[in-house]
Amino acid sequence: MAEHKNIVHEPPFHLAKRASIVWWKAWLIRIAAVALGLVVCGLVAYLFSDRLRNGKKTLEDFYYCFIKGSFGTERKLWKFLKNMAVLQCISLAITPAFRMRFWNTGAEGQTLMGVWGAIAVAFYLGGKIPNWLLLTLMFVAALICGAVWSVIPAIFKAKWDTNETLFTLMMNYVATYVVSYFLVVWVPSGSSSLGKLKFGKLPSFGHDYLLIILIVLALTVLLYIYLRYSKQGYEISVVGESVRTAQYSGMNVKKVVIRTMIVSGLLCGLAGYLIGAGLDQSITTESVGGQGFTAIMVSWLAKFNPLVMLLTSGLVSLLNQGAAQISQDFNVSGAFPDVIVGIILFFIIGSEFFINYQIILTRKGHAGREAVK
Amino acid sequence: MDKKIALSMRGVTKRFGNVVANHHVDLDVYQGEILAVLGENGCGKTTLMNMLAGIYFPDEGKIYKDGEEVVIRSPQDAFNLKIGMIHQHFKLVDRFTAAENIVLGTHEKEQYNLKTVNNRVSGIAEKYGFNIDPQKKIYDMSVSEKQTVEILKVLYRGADILILDEPTAVLTPQEIGRLFKVLKSMKEDGKSIIIITHKLNEVLEVSDRVAILRKGEHIATVDTCEATEASLTEMMVGKKVSLNIDRTEPVNPETRLDIRKLNCVNAEGLPVVKDVSFTVNSGEILGIAGIAGSGQRELLEAIAGMQPINSGEIVFINPKKGRPVTFYHKTLKKVKQMAAQNAFHGWNGKPVSFQGLSNGVIRRLVGSGEVLFNEDEIIDLRGRTPLEIRELGIRLSFVPEDRLGMGLVGSMGITDNMMLRSYRKGHVGFVDRKQPRKLAEEIIQELEVNTPGVNTPVRRLSGGNVQKVLLGREIAFAPKVLMAAYPVRGLDINSSYTIYNLLNKQKQNGVAVIFVGEDLDVLLALCDRILVINSGAVTGIVDARTATKEEIGLMMTRTSTVGEEDA
Repeated sequence: MAEHKNIVHEPPFHLAKRASIVWWKAWLIRIAAVALGLVVCGLVAYLFSDRLRNGKKTLEDFYYCFIKGSFGTERKLWKFLKNMAVLQCISLAITPAFRMRFWNTGAEGQTLMGVWGAIAVAFYLGGKIPNWLLLTLMFVAALICGAVWSVIPAIFKAKWDTNETLFTLMMNYVATYVVSYFLVVWVPSGSSSLGKLKFGKLPSFGHDYLLIILIVLALTVLLYIYLRYSKQGYEISVVGESVRTAQYSGMNVKKVVIRTMIVSGLLCGLAGYLIGAGLDQSITTESVGGQGFTAIMVSWLAKFNPLVMLLTSGLVSLLNQGAAQISQDFNVSGAFPDVIVGIILFFIIGSEFFINYQIILTRKGHAGREAVK
Repeated sequence: MDKKIALSMRGVTKRFGNVVANHHVDLDVYQGEILAVLGENGCGKTTLMNMLAGIYFPDEGKIYKDGEEVVIRSPQDAFNLKIGMIHQHFKLVDRFTAAENIVLGTHEKEQYNLKTVNNRVSGIAEKYGFNIDPQKKIYDMSVSEKQTVEILKVLYRGADILILDEPTAVLTPQEIGRLFKVLKSMKEDGKSIIIITHKLNEVLEVSDRVAILRKGEHIATVDTCEATEASLTEMMVGKKVSLNIDRTEPVNPETRLDIRKLNCVNAEGLPVVKDVSFTVNSGEILGIAGIAGSGQRELLEAIAGMQPINSGEIVFINPKKGRPVTFYHKTLKKVKQMAAQNAFHGWNGKPVSFQGLSNGVIRRLVGSGEVLFNEDEIIDLRGRTPLEIRELGIRLSFVPEDRLGMGLVGSMGITDNMMLRSYRKGHVGFVDRKQPRKLAEEIIQELEVNTPGVNTPVRRLSGGNVQKVLLGREIAFAPKVLMAAYPVRGLDINSSYTIYNLLNKQKQNGVAVIFVGEDLDVLLALCDRILVINSGAVTGIVDARTATKEEIGLMMTRTSTVGEEDA
């Protein structure tokens, strides 16, 4: 045998998959991740904000903004609840599709088409028919538009197995241009945007936003029941886990895919209706404002559980508003909120790795190694 | 023993999460010997060897090569130490020739010259008695040829310690014989050979010593000449087990399934089932033997309605003769139609015709159970989906090969997995979890499923428990025909025998059982008839009570059109 001297050393640590983890440990890791994220945010803020550097503001003020932004005044609280409700609604909408492992990245466009459907009805029929009928027609139009936008990729997926991620993504652009086109048609020359329409506003009681919040809360519970206890919900879970198993048990996979995407699209349409008839009474290409994409993360972080989603949509809304408050108080660029939200979400998503895996350190001079959290 | 120790492991431990795969294992391998590493599925044999091959890194313990401590951190390290492993799943490039695969990744200093490589490969092959053409492409090779390439690959790199992981699992008896001859000639050349296996007869035939692992621990290493099947099994399982399968004579066999000239193609349009004809009888176990990937899966899936059929017939004979007609799977219209064709008789044996009776009276008559079928029902299953088959009232159960990817949903608990068969019941839109939960609890109790609860994801259960859940569900469906594909693959001895007993019990209850297996000894002991399949075609149907292993082995490769098997 050759005089081969093996000179490799033991690696200082290695990773091992956890079999399971107790719930409090998992939450401890998540909380630690958020805390770490906030620390990094503070560092970044220190780099970017003059006021922080020359001592006009302290880091304490910085972190307080997250609370102040959402709970500082009653108006801010309502705004927080409204933002959360809309985000929750879109997150709920994509959840059935995601549970089926149908990666619907088109919630943005589906919701925008919902807004467009509602506003189109209000634009053409507003004032000509009674208000209750107008609102009903707007509702129907919004739902149909949302569903049409989601069922097209679903049919292509079922029939020709096209890639749903790309297809739904492309549909977003089509939706944007449909809206741009109609804005040109609707808006008199000279003006740059469609003004607030006089008709087709959802009635309000208590507070302007209360109805919307209650609708979304009810929807959350309904969707939870649908996914957990209905036959269709069961089918969605089976198809998501394994198409082969679904076929084996006699499910019509194509039918399930198309039906679930219709449900998903209807809910997106509803979110569009809440935006169009409940809040804006108008439309721009930015009416949904990227929430269709944020919703993917909200839904995912909640592991597609509608009830947990209240927590994640709340967290994202809280971060958004806190970050907006920071950019106002600290005189930093308007893009800064996005940076902060991005950093914290990065840490939360990253923490999932440490929930699934553990790091095992190699101790020098010891036969045994110790597992660290 | 005065032989020199080539490799030794001391106190080697490996954990995966909370699972201890190997616990303080001490093992020695001598030069010029064949060491068998014996143990049940999941006892940590492969994990232990993977640590020698550089795939895994031990959590604790030391490895010595020729008396010197070494650290093996990658397959490259293992190669440098002249340790080579032949894995169960081959790692070859299909479009390359044998020689090209063999030199792949060798980092030779001299210029790459295919001619010298071919010569060297041929030289090695000749030395040990391999039969190989170095210029043959992998996709043209049979499983055993591919295995030869894997072994040559290791030898080419100068390995003097060879580890073979379950090398016989995919081979016919004849090919196994050839492999053992080669292993013995390598041993004589002074090489150390470790073979991982759970087959006792092979251990006794080929090895010099046997190391027995149980639940990750090294139980003992014994000289093969002093061991018997019984003593090895006892060490492997930890207690005495009787390895007898109680085979009873079939009682009044009747044809349940009649398959005629069946042809299927796969997604690429290649024929996978060719002109297959056979019958399946009640009260009997029909075994299906063949090299893996010879069309067994497609055949069963065609019967279950999951594989499109090109031509041929699949006829199910529903035993109805003399049994009451019900509306369970038939509409009133259908019943009236059949009565008009003289399909029914009454208790008195006279034909029943519903002429002149109102629908209400007909319903009452049928409902009272006084209308009986004249003949068995004959149903063509061709082109029917699994759902249609079920709605026709055909009780056909299917335990597929891919348990978690097809038979069960891994992330769901046992209760939800029971629902796969029954969730459609009832007219409301909501699922009923009460019945499935009851069934789940029954199965857990009767089949002794080891699980923390009915809602623990089945993915977390061991292979044996997963199979009990799946088979339990399919049996609970009270099948007339039960198809089981590789139902004991990956199971320990005790679980395997539980499964054999369950299948035997079904047979005694008059169920027609189809058993696709890979262990010929088991097929011969359990089945009544054995159908041998090769490249999608039936090469024979033999009586399991008189056939021999060699006979079946020959049929498995007869008229072998090479290259169609899937490794």
